[in-house]
Amino acid sequence: MSALARTLPIRAFDVAEIRMDFPILSRQVHGKPLVFLDSAASAQKPRAVLDAMTQAFECEYANVHRGAYWLSEKATTNYEAAREKVRAFINATSDSEIVFTKGATDAINLVAASYGRMVLKPGDEIVLTALEHHSNIVPWQLIAEQTGAVIKVVPINADGSVSVDRFADVICAKTRIVAVAHVSNVLGTVLPIELIAQLSHKVGAKLLVDGCQGIVHEQVDVQALGCDFYAFSGHKLYGPNAIGVLWARAELLAAMPPYQGGGEMIAIVTFEKSTWAEAPAKFEAGTPPIVPAIGLGAAIDYLNGIDRTAAAAHERDLLHYAMAELPKVPGVKLVGTAQNKASVQSFTMDGAHPHDLATVLDRSGVCVRAGHHCAQPLMDVLGVTATARASFGIYNTRGEVDALIVALHKAREVLQ
Amino acid sequence: MTALAQVEADDLKALYQELILDHGKNPRNARLVEHASCTAKGNNPLCGDRITVTARVNAAGVFEDVAAEGKGCAISIASASMMTEALKNLPVATGRQVFNAVQQLCTGKIDVAAAKAMLPATLNDEIEKLASLGGVKQFPVRVKCATLPWHTLLSCLDGQADATTEKV
Ligand SMILES: Cc1ncc(COP(=O)(O)O)c(C=O)c1O
Repeated sequence: MSALARTLPIRAFDVAEIRMDFPILSRQVHGKPLVFLDSAASAQKPRAVLDAMTQAFECEYANVHRGAYWLSEKATTNYEAAREKVRAFINATSDSEIVFTKGATDAINLVAASYGRMVLKPGDEIVLTALEHHSNIVPWQLIAEQTGAVIKVVPINADGSVSVDRFADVICAKTRIVAVAHVSNVLGTVLPIELIAQLSHKVGAKLLVDGCQGIVHEQVDVQALGCDFYAFSGHKLYGPNAIGVLWARAELLAAMPPYQGGGEMIAIVTFEKSTWAEAPAKFEAGTPPIVPAIGLGAAIDYLNGIDRTAAAAHERDLLHYAMAELPKVPGVKLVGTAQNKASVQSFTMDGAHPHDLATVLDRSGVCVRAGHHCAQPLMDVLGVTATARASFGIYNTRGEVDALIVALHKAREVLQ
Repeated sequence: MTALAQVEADDLKALYQELILDHGKNPRNARLVEHASCTAKGNNPLCGDRITVTARVNAAGVFEDVAAEGKGCAISIASASMMTEALKNLPVATGRQVFNAVQQLCTGKIDVAAAKAMLPATLNDEIEKLASLGGVKQFPVRVKCATLPWHTLLSCLDGQADATTEKV
């Protein structure tokens, strides 16, 4: 069936058709059509993902890698097929480089706890940027505390962009690990990963990319990017939650010690000593998120079935339209205007706190995120306590941007 | 406008009524109390709002001065502002009762009449004003905004330095 799915022709991109694939988009909230502009927090799911998960539970469910019976074998085949879909999707060289995790946070913690603990010595440096999500800050703080390593932060420019020169200033002989977002979840800034990879490798450091927002908006080729680790979550990629991916170079996974102990990840266990399975099993202790992985595979099939270049152009059009229309609302200021941006736009309105804005917008059916977006250090750099954020996925429309603008005018009335 | 949409619009008006917007934009006692007998920082980790509440309680157990300073949404700033006005010159024990009434108003457990019945009649006017915070009851995620200043004051009275909406 999956072979069939892969040979299906790619559909021309038509947003009206795409919207029909997402059942939730036809519902109303507060008596208004749902205008969902918070896909950067978690995206909605197409019918294909829901169906694949129902099918997995209803017809093909058993634990994986264990049962010597047909159903378990079937579930195992489906789970491993999802791994292969992920591999192909990010152009990794081998399935064994794909570790399934609970999510991106789990994947980054895995790298910090396993690779970080293995290589970091007192005085070694971990380089982050000022725009990181807490998920790509706190795991490094924990491991820095345990190893005596030090965290260095690459600053951002006023428009939210990051200059390669700033990386060159901070990365040095003491740098062991560089960990950066592919795309900022607050500002939408796309980071120049290839160049950062070159700078990192020049000093022998490894580069981890937090791909949560990156993989959603562009086709990712981990080999072309040149990074060493790439982490992302399924739920932002139109797949289910409770599943994430860590991609790492085979030789790194081979050298890294296990992150957690348990079933699945062992070769031989005795009370004297246990030996580990090979990657990726070494890093998948316990019963894995079987059906979420299958759901992620279905999300990837779904994306492979649409014209992603056209989808990316559509998202860019929405972003540019929003960037042009938002500042026309009195008091509204854009936060994050870098040249190279994905379809994520933060903004503020004079005299209105983002939380109050989000409450009023919600009553018009418009869902935006308000707050610090799990990036408090970035809020400090920007000199705000919070922003409102609209993020656009493949299913959003210019009409929805218009609905946001109308709702903002109304919010001004209510909050003045 | 559909009937549902009208209810929603009325809810919004109830939440952002003039009194709230006025206190939200021009908070009273937005400062630090001199010679404070207690100080506490309140923090809502969900939205990053932070406020500092300071108070001076005299030997007789009466609030001589209460102030609240910080950054936050209209609801939390208005609530803080109204709290500082309501509590001034009240005995601490009565202040705790006021907090109790406000909390129940915000969660929709009681109405204004019931709140008044809980407290001395001399506070009727203050309760009328504080009841405007009750608009949050239709907005469950915003209840914490309204109660944050009060929780912060309470933790300051109880000798803790900090309050967070996630603990309370
Ligand atoms: C850039 C970025 N990194 C990390 C995360 C954490 O992802 P998750 O909560 O799915 O582990 C997010 C999502 O909130 C994100 O946007």
